[in-house]
Amino acid sequence: MNGEGSGWRPSATLKTLEARAELYASVRAFFSARGVLEVDTPILSAHATVDRHIESFSTAAVAHTRWLQTSPEFAMKRLLAAGSGPIWQISHVFRREESGRYHNPEFTLLEWYRPAFDHHRLMGEVEELLCGLGVAGAPFERLTYREAFQRYAGLDPFTAALDRLSRTVAVENVSAQQAQDRDFWLDIIMSARVGPQLGVKAPVFLHDFPATQAALARVRGEVAERFELFWQGIELANGFHELTDADEQQARFEADQAWRGARGHAVPPFDRHLVEALRSGVPPCAGVALGLDRLLMLQLQLPDVASTLAFDSGRA
Amino acid sequence: MASVSTNEMKAGTKLLIDGEPYSVIDNEYRKPGKGQATNCIRIRNLKNGRVIDRTLKSGDTLEVADIEEIEMQYLYNDGEFWHFMNPASFEQIQASKTAAEDAAQWIKGEETCRVLLFNGVCISVTPPNTVTLQIVETDPGLRGDTSGGGGKPAKLETGAVVRVPLFVQQGEMIKADTRTGEYLSRIGK
Repeated sequence: MNGEGSGWRPSATLKTLEARAELYASVRAFFSARGVLEVDTPILSAHATVDRHIESFSTAAVAHTRWLQTSPEFAMKRLLAAGSGPIWQISHVFRREESGRYHNPEFTLLEWYRPAFDHHRLMGEVEELLCGLGVAGAPFERLTYREAFQRYAGLDPFTAALDRLSRTVAVENVSAQQAQDRDFWLDIIMSARVGPQLGVKAPVFLHDFPATQAALARVRGEVAERFELFWQGIELANGFHELTDADEQQARFEADQAWRGARGHAVPPFDRHLVEALRSGVPPCAGVALGLDRLLMLQLQLPDVASTLAFDSGRA
Repeated sequence: MASVSTNEMKAGTKLLIDGEPYSVIDNEYRKPGKGQATNCIRIRNLKNGRVIDRTLKSGDTLEVADIEEIEMQYLYNDGEFWHFMNPASFEQIQASKTAAEDAAQWIKGEETCRVLLFNGVCISVTPPNTVTLQIVETDPGLRGDTSGGGGKPAKLETGAVVRVPLFVQQGEMIKADTRTGEYLSRIGK
């Protein structure tokens, strides 16, 4: 692709770098005008995510292993517990093994938290931000996870039989354990069938995920109060009406650790400080993380995220 | 047996799937932010040219197909097999009808062809991009026609049939493109 000796050159054009700077300035102005405090939390931590499908980079420090954050979520919730009020930040996050047209192992998240908001009110603010930036026009569509699967995969993700799910997309080399896992098949169908069709005309919020995919969201009956934003078939943001129950949070962390351990995946230590913070009291709130590299890619109609980065992972 | 992981599969990587050799055309990594990652690969069967898509779990590995691509000179057809020789080593191989069929209609001997070997056995032969061959059969053209519009079928000495302009006559040598099967020009005597 590139001639000998050109590996030092940036992945992005100067024009794209200028657009990135403008985007950051607009985001800063948006939150400043709304009285949301900009914060800066550490990217290196003694704890890590135990999310089933997110792999953290770790350091080879002599005394104590440190982990690179995959999102600033835990630290930001600790600030909320300390009484910060609404907060936001743009931060670099790191996810091992995520590399492709729409993925770079190091990428940029815009993350913010709103005390007293629920996920629907926060979706409204995400929409206001994107419209304000001039990158997408209103109105955005809101679809439940169930409606999206019914519309684009012709099945009900909550009630369809397991073999109906597994017949939808053929996957090579599926283990017996995975074959029995509804969420495995729902993820596959989301990637192959549903996701690519979301947000073709206007951005779409997908909400009310299955409770088994709650991550750090509150659960209401069979659904999790979680949302994702899709635009042109690409996932741009993930948000929660945040879980604030310390015991429930610890139980989920432990269940995820057990899940990872049973499959031979790395089992990092979960963030005990977060559990303590929840126990001391995090206000009811909603939070969201939005991928700025992908947003810039769509805004400038670039072919891949590498084109939005000063140096992608192959040149970093 | 060598194997490659999903993140090492690039355009041109040769894979062995269900005993068949494939070449990767495209590899797309997909992952819901909080879900199972997959790689959707588009692959071409090197025996029959069919293109299919396969979904793999990211991080899985597949065996690499033992594929060798070499330039060889076409020698002769013995009625059952087409024989080729490596001009560097003088090593000879034979190609079955399935492997050589498409190329056979363009070659008469001494042409340099690209030969694909799978586990040392020839599975496909690609003739030179252009060949010069004699027309052995075509209807007499209309006198005075030099435009080439319309055209007529002409059978070449190796068996291929191409459309040629009306002024091109039986017995003449023409140049043809083997990739498109089209007439390119008439070669002066």
